[in-house]
Amino acid sequence: MSKMDSPRQSRRNFLATGAGVAASVLARPALAGGGNPANQPPNVPEWTRSLGEGVAVRPYGKPSKFEKDVVRRDVEWLTASRESSVSFTPLHELEGIITPNGLCFERHHGGIAEIDPADHRLMIHGLVERPLILTLEELKRYPRVNRIHFMECAANSGMEWRGAQLNGCQFTHGMIHCVQYTGVSLRTLLEEAGVKTNGKWLLVEGADAAAMDRSLPIEKALDDCIIAYKMNGEALYPEQGYPMRLVVPGWQGNLWVKWLRRIKVGDQPWHTREETSKYTDLLPNGKARRFTWSMDAKSVITSPSPQAPIKHGKGFTIVSGLAWSGNGKVKRVDVSLDGGRNWWPARLDGPVLDKALTRFYYEFDWNGEPLLLQSRVQDETGYVQPSKAELRKIRGVNSIYHNNGIQTWHVQANGEVENVEVA
Amino acid sequence: MSKSPKFAAAALLVCVMTAPALAQQKTDAKADPRYHIGRAPTAAEIRGWDIDVRPDGQGLPEGKGTVAQGEKLFMDNCASCHGEFGEGNGRWPVLAGGKGSLTSDNPVKTVGSYWPYASTVFDYVRHAMPYGNAESFSVDEYYALVAYVLYLNDVITDQNFELSNKNFTSVKMPNEQGFVMDDRASSEKSFWQKDPCMKDCIAPVKITARAAAIDVTPEDSKDKKSRGVE
Repeated sequence: MSKMDSPRQSRRNFLATGAGVAASVLARPALAGGGNPANQPPNVPEWTRSLGEGVAVRPYGKPSKFEKDVVRRDVEWLTASRESSVSFTPLHELEGIITPNGLCFERHHGGIAEIDPADHRLMIHGLVERPLILTLEELKRYPRVNRIHFMECAANSGMEWRGAQLNGCQFTHGMIHCVQYTGVSLRTLLEEAGVKTNGKWLLVEGADAAAMDRSLPIEKALDDCIIAYKMNGEALYPEQGYPMRLVVPGWQGNLWVKWLRRIKVGDQPWHTREETSKYTDLLPNGKARRFTWSMDAKSVITSPSPQAPIKHGKGFTIVSGLAWSGNGKVKRVDVSLDGGRNWWPARLDGPVLDKALTRFYYEFDWNGEPLLLQSRVQDETGYVQPSKAELRKIRGVNSIYHNNGIQTWHVQANGEVENVEVA
Repeated sequence: MSKSPKFAAAALLVCVMTAPALAQQKTDAKADPRYHIGRAPTAAEIRGWDIDVRPDGQGLPEGKGTVAQGEKLFMDNCASCHGEFGEGNGRWPVLAGGKGSLTSDNPVKTVGSYWPYASTVFDYVRHAMPYGNAESFSVDEYYALVAYVLYLNDVITDQNFELSNKNFTSVKMPNEQGFVMDDRASSEKSFWQKDPCMKDCIAPVKITARAAAIDVTPEDSKDKKSRGVE
């Protein structure tokens, strides 16, 4: 496969394929793990001979300084301004199914609203018997629910519609996170307000500088939506909508209005900017699909991947990845090493929950030959994740949203991994 | 726990005695589907936040503004990002043009070429514009701005046209019929399969495209080094 390498070698590629990997993977003796021998056996390192910092020196904990590269990143050329942009979750550095709060990708339309909860109000009005206005403290007095759900931007992988473009699953698939939300069932509040019989749609609106608004059908609102004020046990982070946000399980993230301030019940959808000029999927015939709310089943191998190359050389190798479906639970995941010709069942590990991320592993002895790694999920409805070619045959390449095609990582003999397409 | 046996016994007695009362309370709470938490907003509170507008005109506030008035507002507040003719600066949104481009390789989705309803412009501009100073204009100014954006898109052709809550719903957008409901369940039926293929599913594949060839992945700014392999 090295014959297919592009003759053009950027400085980046040269660094990566030349001295960097070859030296670190091949030339280093098997026992050496790098670092400073003075801190390694038989010597006693400094951190064993002296006291470390005491309790509450770090009153709010943070990761080890040696993990400083595990951060959200953005792609500056994507947008005109940082306030209306997106950052990406470092999926390649994470395991399990829960995303740490500080690493959940962000998408803002007018920057992060810093709201004093004492001043925040949630208003419910329109076609209801009893319009309602609530403080955060009042919201917390309603019965609580705890649910683990993934939240994916409809544009996740959208930059890949026309082909492989970004090297790293952080960038190709990182507009997703999965946390445990605590809050109030939206149904509870709608029952408190008393939806009139002609109330068929909700307008949900945020309090930030974009005051983003979207239409939500009443069936979904009464089904499993939550007004959340906690994520992973602690208060929502400001960039995730503090003090309260909407949770719309399985549906595109744009509906999960942050800094939620208003719910209006009506009998028609509003056709707001977000559901007309954005979040509609343009097809080859010039028509566009609207109200494409649910996120189809999708999976990606998070390691190895371009930002997480194989550094140990040939031998026992762990392929780790994530699978999910907006339409239910993950039923199975298969992994291919040859670009989709042959498949092997992956092992699901950890909880398999409705509309939540599911972790999978495929463990094998790598013989050191190049691989074309893929993963393919099937959800409980029987839906099988399509190849990018199958998806493009129906959707063309102008959709922007809902690209859930199978991802291919090219693992080279030196362990470096590249985002590629195959045919 | 108290060390006094007498006190402990008394406490236990209290627990036993209050238990039926507590259970009674719980049953009562269940009988009423409502929690009576929160209050009704005042009419003025609703009025202040109730700014949404629908295609059928519901929500349009009383007011009016002309294309010419909108042009001045647009030049002073919007043109630096969107361009004087809505052509867009840098990566800021293009507002006008793009007609006939939706089936091309480079569709330009503007108010005129793509948006199905004029109400969406009013709803969005009033919610979020001017960027960084949202909801700061008067209702009349929002009518004027929307009139100018529609004028840039040849939806309104008369520079003296005055857009108001009375004539708003007469404005029709060119691409109103350009949308269909989500039909993935039928159009993508082939993606539902009982048993996905496991062996010799396709002929051997070759690499056809590479992200590295495009070379747009962000790098660590300090040393311009790829994050791929350290």
